Amino acid sequence: MNSLNKIVEKFEDAKRNSVVDLKRKKENGKKIVGTFCAFTPKEIIIAADAIPVSLCGMKNEPISAAEQHLPRNLCPLIKSSYGHAITDTCPYFYFSDLLVGETTCDGKKKMYEYLNNIKEIHVMQLPQTLDRESSLSYWQEEMKLLAEKLEERFNVEITQEKLIDAIRLCNKERLVMQKLFGLGMNQPPLISGYNMLKVIQGIGYQELSDDYLTYLEELIDVLAVNNQKVDNAKRILITGCPLGADTEKVVRIVEQSGGAVVAYENCTGLKAKMELVKESSDPYHALAKKYLNIGCPCISPNKKRFKMIEELIYEYNIDGVIDVILQSCHPYSVETYGLKEFTLKECQTPYISVETDYSSSDLGQLMTRIGAFIEML
Amino acid sequence: MNSIGIDAGSTAVKLAIYDGKEFDLRIRPTGWSPKETVSKMLEDIENEKYIVTTGYGRMSIANYDKRVTEITCHGKGANYLREQTRTIIDIGGQDSKIIRVNNKGQVIDFLMNDKCAAGTGKFLEMTCHLLEKDIRDLDEFVNSTNPANINAMCAVFAESEIISLLASGERLEDIAAGVIDSIVKRTLSLIGRVGFDEDIFFSGGLSRSKVIRKCFENTLKKKIHTHKHSQFTGAIGAALIGYEVMLKED
Repeated sequence: MNSLNKIVEKFEDAKRNSVVDLKRKKENGKKIVGTFCAFTPKEIIIAADAIPVSLCGMKNEPISAAEQHLPRNLCPLIKSSYGHAITDTCPYFYFSDLLVGETTCDGKKKMYEYLNNIKEIHVMQLPQTLDRESSLSYWQEEMKLLAEKLEERFNVEITQEKLIDAIRLCNKERLVMQKLFGLGMNQPPLISGYNMLKVIQGIGYQELSDDYLTYLEELIDVLAVNNQKVDNAKRILITGCPLGADTEKVVRIVEQSGGAVVAYENCTGLKAKMELVKESSDPYHALAKKYLNIGCPCISPNKKRFKMIEELIYEYNIDGVIDVILQSCHPYSVETYGLKEFTLKECQTPYISVETDYSSSDLGQLMTRIGAFIEML
Repeated sequence: MNSIGIDAGSTAVKLAIYDGKEFDLRIRPTGWSPKETVSKMLEDIENEKYIVTTGYGRMSIANYDKRVTEITCHGKGANYLREQTRTIIDIGGQDSKIIRVNNKGQVIDFLMNDKCAAGTGKFLEMTCHLLEKDIRDLDEFVNSTNPANINAMCAVFAESEIISLLASGERLEDIAAGVIDSIVKRTLSLIGRVGFDEDIFFSGGLSRSKVIRKCFENTLKKKIHTHKHSQFTGAIGAALIGYEVMLKED
């Protein structure tokens, strides 16, 4: 086995070990907060001495159980998240003392109503536009409500000092992630998109600390040196719904068809990692500002996403954009038409949207669509 | 040395053998194993050959030099059969697609139907089965000025709709015409999404039917071109792509 695979495996191990680590920490009295989305201000959870963890929702298996309560034509991410909860197959859900969700899309916020019957969920009311001044103050108020909830629930005090320290730590994490994603900027990229996805998934489950981030940075440096050069491959930007586990198939097919995924714009990728939180004396204001300015289609209009895609196309020298839509995800699906016009006309870059779900039944269709797209470039 | 393009479709395997001058074209029903069908079709070709496979069965054929998707092959093939082609409507057994190409037959944009049988040859095949007609006789028995209204987009629901229509005494040719109408409308919604430039070339198994082509022309109000070998568009494209590689390698 080459050294690159060993390093990637280290990240995969990290994900496995995180369960044991969380269990130990919980037994020692640490509180754990389960989260779903890039809109969750992790800083407030960390400042409450709790550990934020991403909950499972990328696997097909629990979907049939979820369909006992939820409609079939609902996005697989929502069904999988709920299915994991009711079948008790997500260790992070099991360990969570509290869940935090946001009113992003309709499917999610309605699903949270049922989830609350299984485990308490605090739902933050997310404003749906940046075009109103009141959005920011409203969202800032929501930040404070979350803090109050955590203080009361965990019997802690979120001091200004703790909050500022958590902001510093999370900003540091964002910079480390930017460094990781930067490996794709190289020509040829220093890591395959598939391995990149493995690394991203390995990172999301660890408790953040300065030591851990230093360790991560060192690993990324080793990755950069032990690079696997992907020659002559067409440089692909992936945008759209979050990817992982059962949707890794998309990345695998791109890289088997002569493409290299060099950048992820989606929420598992750069979407929420580019902009830092301002380290100021008004932390709630700074948090509200950052966490409102995330280019998600549940925000309307969603200029931020288009702008970011345009920047990434130039920075990463992109040959083609693949917009991955999870079946029945209306916000992303509706946005495909506008985004296609934008990438073709404003960025002169070919674009394709592919719709998929968590099953393997569409592998043939995906191979033809993605294969033909890459042949076209 | 010959270049061989193999288009392993869901209904038929099409073979195009190209020596740089002429095409030898062969077709066989795919059957249960595209792999076996292909090896039988290749049995009598002894010369050295360069094989390009395409179509949904392209992955199952072990003996190949290059695999290319049917989208790219259709672009190339349509450009050969009719150079002016800029938009291709391809309706095959299990999918339908709209492909836009430039003057060299290179794909600029394309769109395929969702993973369902609506608007495909399978849908029509199923209808013919219900009506106890042979799909090859389509042009003879569909001569209707009053197509039945088929509302269901899903092939499974459409089947029960057709059964109800039959029960209510609707004429066979009106039902068949209604199904063709619905396939055409379904395909036109794809065209609406991806856009089109003239001229328009119709390929795939269904392109052999005059009735379907007329229906497209009447709805789109445009001339739809085809070719007696339009069913071989993908195989011809594959053979041409293979031939180009052979020339480069020499």
